[in-house]
Amino acid sequence: MAAFDPVSALFGGALIGLASALLMLLTGRVAGISGILGGTLLSTAGDRAWRLAFIAGLIAAPLAAGLLGNPLAEAQMPASWAVIVAAGLLVGFGTRLASGCTSGHGICGMARLSRRSIVATMVFMATAVLTVAIVRHSLGG
Amino acid sequence: MQILASLLCGLIFGAGLLISGMTDPVKVLGFLDVLGRWDPTLAFVMAGALVVSAAGFAVVRRRPTPVLAAVHLWPPRRNVDRALVAGSMMFGIGWGLVGLCPGPALENLAGFSPRVVVFVLAMIAGTGAHALWRSRASSAPPAGDAALSTSDG
Repeated sequence: MAAFDPVSALFGGALIGLASALLMLLTGRVAGISGILGGTLLSTAGDRAWRLAFIAGLIAAPLAAGLLGNPLAEAQMPASWAVIVAAGLLVGFGTRLASGCTSGHGICGMARLSRRSIVATMVFMATAVLTVAIVRHSLGG
Repeated sequence: MQILASLLCGLIFGAGLLISGMTDPVKVLGFLDVLGRWDPTLAFVMAGALVVSAAGFAVVRRRPTPVLAAVHLWPPRRNVDRALVAGSMMFGIGWGLVGLCPGPALENLAGFSPRVVVFVLAMIAGTGAHALWRSRASSAPPAGDAALSTSDG
């Protein structure tokens, strides 16, 4: 794991904030990834294109970095296949039930001081912290 | 033009996740692991993102319309309900189990890792399951766009 680097963390975060503000400025849309993804399954063809374009941009970023000599390190996920599938299902269903994830609630919603988003962010942060505490520190970890 | 703008925003968003280290589930779990060797990175990423997006949204709010579209689709809802809390708890458990939330999960598809692909397929299945459940639960399901206009993100 890379060491903690507050400058790149702040700068990378600022780029995420810039992308969120730009998307609203240009297209009037909220940069919530779970909502953008969910919409590709639900919406009409006319509404689907911008969503797929955003996701394509997201995936193109590390590919472009790779061309510049900084290839994406393989994501380390030591969990079992069953846990990976269960986690994916929970993230997919849960973010749609809550109408947002880390980006839609945690950034765009919190930046608007939305009460819903502040509550959602506190709940998913607390639940995730608790989950890691149980998995790492009480199940033989 | 909207498609090009979205592609550009996705690219900048992806660059931000990459530069900040948030595409790495190990770093994300390092933040969530408050009982272990705590990694404060995610807090700094959120702080940077919140300052810039809050300032940006303040500018956007002064404009009557977006540059390339007819209306700003600001999320309309204000109420905290059971679905918000239950959904966030489910998301928190899934996130804590592997350290991937939707943005970094999709971005990591660029690494062609089978584990990431399986996670993303399960995530899409969960998203689809929710859409199915919603359309069955309501006798008159709203059309796609109407359903999405109530989404927070």
